[in-house]
Amino acid sequence: MSVPLLFFSYFALATIVLSLIVITRKNYIHAVLWTLLLFVHISGIYLFLNAEFFAMIQMIVYAGAILVMLIFVIMLLNVKHEDHLSDVSSLPIPKAFLVFCVLGVLAFTLQVSYLNSTGKFSIDLVNKISDAKLLGQVFYSEANLPLIIMGVVLFVPMIAAIVLAGKRSDE
Amino acid sequence: MLMDIVILIIKVAVVLGVVLLHVAYAVYFERKILGHMQSRLGPTEVGPLGLFQPFADLIKLFFKEDNIPLGADKVLFTIAPVIVVTCVMTSFSVIPFAAGWVLANINVGLLLVLAMGSLGVYGIIIAGWSSNSKYAFLGGLRSSAQIISYEIPMGIALLAVLIMSGSLNLSDIVYAQEKLPWGMFIFPQILGFFVFLVCALAETNRTPFDLPEAETELVAGYLTEYSGFRWGLFFLAEYSAMYVMSSMLSICFLGGWTLPPFLTNLFPILNLMPGIVWFLLKVYMFMFFYIWIRGTVPRYRFDQLLKIGWKFLLPLSLTNLFVIMIIKKVFMP
Repeated sequence: MSVPLLFFSYFALATIVLSLIVITRKNYIHAVLWTLLLFVHISGIYLFLNAEFFAMIQMIVYAGAILVMLIFVIMLLNVKHEDHLSDVSSLPIPKAFLVFCVLGVLAFTLQVSYLNSTGKFSIDLVNKISDAKLLGQVFYSEANLPLIIMGVVLFVPMIAAIVLAGKRSDE
Repeated sequence: MLMDIVILIIKVAVVLGVVLLHVAYAVYFERKILGHMQSRLGPTEVGPLGLFQPFADLIKLFFKEDNIPLGADKVLFTIAPVIVVTCVMTSFSVIPFAAGWVLANINVGLLLVLAMGSLGVYGIIIAGWSSNSKYAFLGGLRSSAQIISYEIPMGIALLAVLIMSGSLNLSDIVYAQEKLPWGMFIFPQILGFFVFLVCALAETNRTPFDLPEAETELVAGYLTEYSGFRWGLFFLAEYSAMYVMSSMLSICFLGGWTLPPFLTNLFPILNLMPGIVWFLLKVYMFMFFYIWIRGTVPRYRFDQLLKIGWKFLLPLSLTNLFVIMIIKKVFMP
């Protein structure tokens, strides 16, 4: 077994095991901290794909910002150990069905679109011009419409937050 | 393969050792300067001029009782200081001390320093939460709110540096500055420099932003329940973070280990001095600034702190970004 494969298997296995640990924790803070470890491993997998930029963005945005917000909400709402937290066995059948449907669609898409073709963004291209630069080029030329739509979608919760905060201060 | 790993480990050990020695003497440096600022002498007893004081403090910390409070979450309580120290020490791996003197010359060095800064917050939150004490908890929450708020203007200030250099590699940023006739990025982006300087103070929880440790309100903030060597680790992380921030300031704005070309052209003899000397001089200039601020400026209230971050520094950093974009497009195509 080659060394890169060994490392990759570690990261892949750890990602799965850590996800399972996250969803089985009773204590929310512990769950969030296991998620942190999970995110670090996911950014490790990005490194294997020669996507250093993504790996670091994963750490800064997901691990550094979003999870901290999550911890804040949990601490400020003072949620204690949840007893009515349903475990996997008591998951309602419709929900489980939905989950498997989504998984099926995902697997099908991956099989059709990814495994059969290498695409034009090969590792050589990424290595030639750095991945941050390539990402910028794709974002602002080919994918500019999705980028704008994404911006609008992210703008909506911001308006919602401002409206909610404004209402609070009127009272 | 094996040889490479061994060499790498030796390199890491050397850098770590040198950094830790610097950190130990930063404490001495701070106590001496603060002492003289307050018309005292500072440490004088241990060794000549008190030079062995850091080692005496270290030995004292080692032999202190290691106390874990009864209601604490034992595992997290032990992990918290380790997370803080690990994150700070990892940042040193990408910092170029001189030309080629860098442990990991990666393409995303700047982002790694930012990422490690934001991961360090977890150590503080966990420390506050796992102590099971209201002072520690409030201190932890405050500190994390502060660090997250100040990360944003800091990131935007660094974005302007990125635009100027066109690279995320810290060594390349220095080389890009070498090409300018004045040799430093501080000149078109003095605003960004100012924003980064203030954010560096806030990110490392130093005066005037040492809110999480405001004694009069919160005892010692998230450090309240810590004692002995665990407390020492937090202390170590704080001073190492000061070094990381000072290094980032000198690399991103003052040209790292290089001198401005007009100076070296005027006095070619300056080229004989190794780059590390200039780098350390710049770093220690900022370290002195940190201590100087601590000796002069009183602490802000928490609402003032957030106001400075969001209403003053953020618009300032955005202005800087805008100006730099125009300058880069018009004057430096």
